[in-house]
Amino acid sequence: MSTLHLRQIGAVLRLELKKTFFSRRGWWVYLLALGPLGITMLHWLVEVTRHMGRHSIGEDSLVFAALFHFYYLRLGIFFGCVGIFSNLFRGEMLEKTLHYYYLTPVRRELLVAGKYLAGLATALILWCGSTALAFLTIGRHFGAAYTDYIMHGPGLGQLGSYVLVAALACVGYGAVFLMSGLLFRNPMIPAAVVMVWENINPFLPTLLKKISVIFYLKNLCPVEIPIPPPFNVMVIEADPTPFWIAVPGLLMVALILLGYAGLSARHTEISYGE
Amino acid sequence: MSDNLITFANVSRFYGEVLGINKVNLSIPPGITSLVGPNGSGKTTLMNLMTGLIRPSQGEITVLGIAPDDPERLCRAVGYCSQFDAFPKGITGYQFIYSFLRMYGMSHEECDRRTMASLQMVGLMEARNRPVGAYSKGMRQRVRLGQATAHDPQVLVLDEPLNGLDPLARAEAIALFQSWGKAGRHVIVSSHILHEVDRISDQVILLSHGYVVAEGQIQSVRGEVKDQPMQILVRCDHPNALAARLFEQNHVVEAKLHTDGHGLLLRTTDADSFYLLLNRIVMDTGLEVESVAPADDDVNSVYQYLIGGEGGTI
Repeated sequence: MSTLHLRQIGAVLRLELKKTFFSRRGWWVYLLALGPLGITMLHWLVEVTRHMGRHSIGEDSLVFAALFHFYYLRLGIFFGCVGIFSNLFRGEMLEKTLHYYYLTPVRRELLVAGKYLAGLATALILWCGSTALAFLTIGRHFGAAYTDYIMHGPGLGQLGSYVLVAALACVGYGAVFLMSGLLFRNPMIPAAVVMVWENINPFLPTLLKKISVIFYLKNLCPVEIPIPPPFNVMVIEADPTPFWIAVPGLLMVALILLGYAGLSARHTEISYGE
Repeated sequence: MSDNLITFANVSRFYGEVLGINKVNLSIPPGITSLVGPNGSGKTTLMNLMTGLIRPSQGEITVLGIAPDDPERLCRAVGYCSQFDAFPKGITGYQFIYSFLRMYGMSHEECDRRTMASLQMVGLMEARNRPVGAYSKGMRQRVRLGQATAHDPQVLVLDEPLNGLDPLARAEAIALFQSWGKAGRHVIVSSHILHEVDRISDQVILLSHGYVVAEGQIQSVRGEVKDQPMQILVRCDHPNALAARLFEQNHVVEAKLHTDGHGLLLRTTDADSFYLLLNRIVMDTGLEVESVAPADDDVNSVYQYLIGGEGGTI
């Protein structure tokens, strides 16, 4: 990649960051990211005003694991990425501003890369930040014990794993929804399909399980949350994928999707439906 | 294929079953070329095709020898001020021009210099730090013009560039187009303001229903319209006498006295014979002729003759 290409990606990235951060259209994404933080802060405030010792740090870490599995992975990051990445191209088509990019001497693949990196930067700051802050506040009422849990116990490792999984989720879902924003007029339809697919993952046969993002992410989480009854009887167990396959595999899938998005961008015409 | 022309070779473009343009063959030299035609005649389609925003259903296009599907080369040579009156949210006039200039790979200093020069050119220096969304329609048009020209393109494509401009800004824009045309660049303009098209165009392309009806210098296009008698205005001291002599000839089909009594507007099916006859009459009678000028070799007249009412609204 030449210096020119790097400069061009940088230019796209800068402009996109200017537009993506603090955009009024994305207010609900901020709300999604701040939601669990509000809950953990409330939990902290309630616990410090009550008698201590009702539950343990281990129980709080289980609560956080459930929050991460069922809120962050299946709802917050998923829809956050729909909001951020689908709009990178589709939003510009709706606002009739994509032609400005298409009239610059930037290769379409680089345009996709620049926009993706801008979306990813936004998503990482929001979701990794939210995950880390929620983890740090959920057991804050234990005071020094919680600090000790983080600094000298398994806390820091868990925090690192959750942040890594949140980042990988942004990478994977980001690539999926950037591509769907390019290919579909209404990206909510593919988003709904992907969401259903990801949520029925525990009940799918082993082979089909592996064609998803959530399967790999779930295996990377430090605390496993079992599916509650009565649904647990339908769960089909599969061997977890090792870390050294799951992480590069997810990155590879994201790269393939982005490559396809680059090809699609090259063939995209600007007519805004007129 | 020429490196100095914009060429369309048998180009058609369909939007599903709807015709955009059909079997267009064009070879556009440098200078100001105006695209004239009613709404839906294919002007914007032609512009979008030559800037690579859409692709032809069939045929080939080259812009200075560059294929429009090569944006890395094409967009350095072409600047397009489209009709889309939309801007990225929340950015100022300065940021709008500067941000897209950065995509050419120029340094910050170079982009800053060009942005300021561009803002100066379109008269938006004072408003440069205001959000584009807060600009008036004329200001938005000007900032788009500034953005389209900031990288100093060889080909400037302008879709209705005079829309929304006040008379002063319009005159400045026209002067700018003329200076670009004289400098040997291509300036492709679509406009429905026919008298202004007439003033600035080196050549015109008349479009109707997706077909090129006529192209070339307006006088030669008018000359090709044989079924409409040519209108000529003669300013002289005895228009009555001139009219009487002229009606002796078959090719003069109509003559009208000008209201000031010193002019004669006539229609002839053979302009060359008319000019010879006029010379003879002047020699024979000593008639004092002040001026002789065609009265309908302008874009408006040619448009009416070739497209007229059936072409829809312009």
